[in-house]
Amino acid sequence: MKTHTRVLIFISGLLMLSAYFFPLWHILLDAPQYPEGLEMKIWLNGLSGSIDQINGLNHYIGMKFISVADFKEFKILPYVFGVLTLIGLAAAIAKSRKLLWTWFIGLCLFACVGFSDFYMWEYSYGHKLNPHAAIKVEGMNYQPPLFGYKQLLNFTAGSLPDTGGILVGLGGLLAATALFYKPKISPNKIK
Amino acid sequence: MKFSPYKLLVAALVLLAGSTIYGCKPGKAGSSVDADAAQKVYVAPGKYDEVYAFLSGGFSGQVAAYGIPSGRLLKVIPVFSQNPENGYGYSEETKPMLNTSHGFVPWDDSHHPELSKTNGEDDGRWLFINGNNTPRIARINLTTFKTAEILELPNIGGNHASPFCTENTEYVVGNTRFSEPLDNNKIDNPISSFKQTFKGAVSFVKVNKDNGAMNLAFQLIVPAFNYDLAHAGKGPSHDWIFFTCYNTEQAHTLLEVNASQRDKDFIMAVNWKKAEELIAAGKGTKTPAKYAHNIYNEKNHTATSVIETETQTIDVTKFPGLVYYMPCPKSPHGVDVSPDGLSIVASGKLAAVIPVFSYQKMLDAIDKKQYDGMVAGNIPVLKYEAVLRGEVKKPGLGPLHTEFDDKGFAYTTMFVSSEVVKWKVDNLEIIDRIPSYYSPGHLSIVGGDSKKPFGKYLLSLNKITKDRYLPTGPELAQACQLIDITGNKMKLLLDFPTIGEPHYAQMIPAEKVLKNQIKFFKLEDNKNAYVTKSEKDTKVVRNGNRVDVYMTAIRSHLAPDNIDGIKIGDEVYVHVTNLEQDWDVPHGFAIKGANNAELLVMPGETCTLKWTPGLAGIVPFYCTDFCSALHQEMQGYFRVSPAGSNVPIKFSIGENPVTQ
Repeated sequence: MKTHTRVLIFISGLLMLSAYFFPLWHILLDAPQYPEGLEMKIWLNGLSGSIDQINGLNHYIGMKFISVADFKEFKILPYVFGVLTLIGLAAAIAKSRKLLWTWFIGLCLFACVGFSDFYMWEYSYGHKLNPHAAIKVEGMNYQPPLFGYKQLLNFTAGSLPDTGGILVGLGGLLAATALFYKPKISPNKIK
Repeated sequence: MKFSPYKLLVAALVLLAGSTIYGCKPGKAGSSVDADAAQKVYVAPGKYDEVYAFLSGGFSGQVAAYGIPSGRLLKVIPVFSQNPENGYGYSEETKPMLNTSHGFVPWDDSHHPELSKTNGEDDGRWLFINGNNTPRIARINLTTFKTAEILELPNIGGNHASPFCTENTEYVVGNTRFSEPLDNNKIDNPISSFKQTFKGAVSFVKVNKDNGAMNLAFQLIVPAFNYDLAHAGKGPSHDWIFFTCYNTEQAHTLLEVNASQRDKDFIMAVNWKKAEELIAAGKGTKTPAKYAHNIYNEKNHTATSVIETETQTIDVTKFPGLVYYMPCPKSPHGVDVSPDGLSIVASGKLAAVIPVFSYQKMLDAIDKKQYDGMVAGNIPVLKYEAVLRGEVKKPGLGPLHTEFDDKGFAYTTMFVSSEVVKWKVDNLEIIDRIPSYYSPGHLSIVGGDSKKPFGKYLLSLNKITKDRYLPTGPELAQACQLIDITGNKMKLLLDFPTIGEPHYAQMIPAEKVLKNQIKFFKLEDNKNAYVTKSEKDTKVVRNGNRVDVYMTAIRSHLAPDNIDGIKIGDEVYVHVTNLEQDWDVPHGFAIKGANNAELLVMPGETCTLKWTPGLAGIVPFYCTDFCSALHQEMQGYFRVSPAGSNVPIKFSIGENPVTQ
């Protein structure tokens, strides 16, 4: 394994660690009465932001209250992600391409499972509405977008990566580069 | 000689023509509305004003906050008067704020707002205001725009020369406009004993520099004049404070004539630093007094009132060097100190000049004992010529008040000639004048009484409105005008009506207040004795004929909303806690037939409405502030049973399947 590959893996590993210090994703809600916006930040191990206000609003449409305790994911995610990152660093230390592959496939799986899970939760919150809700709009569901923006009644809902998510994404790109990028040896140097 | 009728006719025509020319009405000064006025006062929708203006409400007893330059009313802050709109002075928590040594006084006459100062500059922390009628000083917390404290002042009548503060808000002062015998003088004095038994009491209220808490530190007992206004020195004159006094004739009847006889009355200069030292050295006399001290505790959202029983007094005739009088032409009203602290501008409201005194010359005159007689035996009157720096000549009629800008100019209101006059502080020359509509009292410039005026805007606060706005019957709103003072010539920008009477105003750049704003109260920090922090803790408790309802409000229900077991003869205390934790979600609370006002409960706050039901039956209650899409559903019922009935206390709220 070349030095540049190891350096890339190392930087990627550092970027991955940012997941423990910054939120990965956020959901934004904008409405005429909320010019300052409402925001829910999703971390590796929990949620933060204006959850109470969002729950307060959601009760009109009968959406289930959002509570960190309902998500088993937040208990296991920090460990799963930690193990993954360790595999990456181990690949660099042991100069093992096999471990590097394991790491890369692990990351891909993590992303796929993560987004699917996120989508399932969004679907569940957006569709399983209490029939006794005060506001019922025929045919309306309140599933937030997986990525990007969507209009939900008076609210514009946005779903976008946050600082941690962007850094982890960059880390993932670097991991891919480490695996697939081979610098061309300059012809001048072949004598 | 015989005049023909023809010649007579010609002569008559000539006379008539001449008289129309010479009898022509002199031209009036045209109103100088700035051509760009609309642009200069336009604050686009959603944008903030540049300046907060705090105008006293006068006989409304309150303070009103306006945005400048738009002139938009932002809030009426209840201070000395009950305010049914938000329950101030009606709720159990705020009733003690209006307690006095005379019992509950639900009204006052508020005159002079005063922003707290640090190093002579407005710091945006607190706003003080005087109650003139039942002498009091209030402190408003500018993070919440709520009245935080009210201190009554004993021994004085008409707290008019108040609540002007010293350079670092060490003290705010109060002084008597209606001298009267001191409170502990128990003799049944005749009014005609004015000269013998009446006194003035210069009250120094110490302000805690960390939390603003006030206490009456000491009172200087001074001769019985009418003490009108005051301003403290700054910079070099830091240790002094100046009061105007009129009625040095000591009249007690028909003052409009009897108090206007002398050519000169006085500016009273008080060395407050020296007085403070005397008190520290134990020279004060402990004097019995009765006055209320009311504090609104911001942690439990509850006011308490304590009746204090003592003050310290100093008889100024016993301590030379404490007080000097400076003669000032005729019935002086305002006294104002220039930003550099060196010039003291007084306005004799019946005088033809504006005298400007020199602080340095005052010190010299004291040194050289340049006296012109004594007051009360041994208080020196300094020689007018010795202390005078100069006079602003022919300023107009009825000068009242002066403030300063950031470019070395002073601006004085002329009550009688209804104008504002601009003059230069260094050479006392008049630069410009602009009409006021009509008869201005005080004026206000942004930071205009501070060490560093911000300038830019001037408010002329007027006493007569007449035709300025659409008429509203005999009783009209009062008027004030916004004037641009950035150029050499003053330009009229805007004219807007105000609440009560805007005696005086203080203006401050908005960012100094904006940065400390509180958006809502944290529920977890609510220490109210009757707080209910969650719906599951709501309850109704009977104790004899007292019933306490621990109620919560959250969009969109009051809990509990069905309450049985109230009986005629009960005193019901409904403690409503607003559980919301978001900006601008107050809930109101009102009960049909309650001989009381409503409550307006801010997020995280607890307020209590006392209700003595008078009729048996079903009594609805509801949220009065349109809080949400389901606000009209935010209601409930009491069942009031006849006296002596045995209906037990029962309370409930329906199950909400959505929030389970």
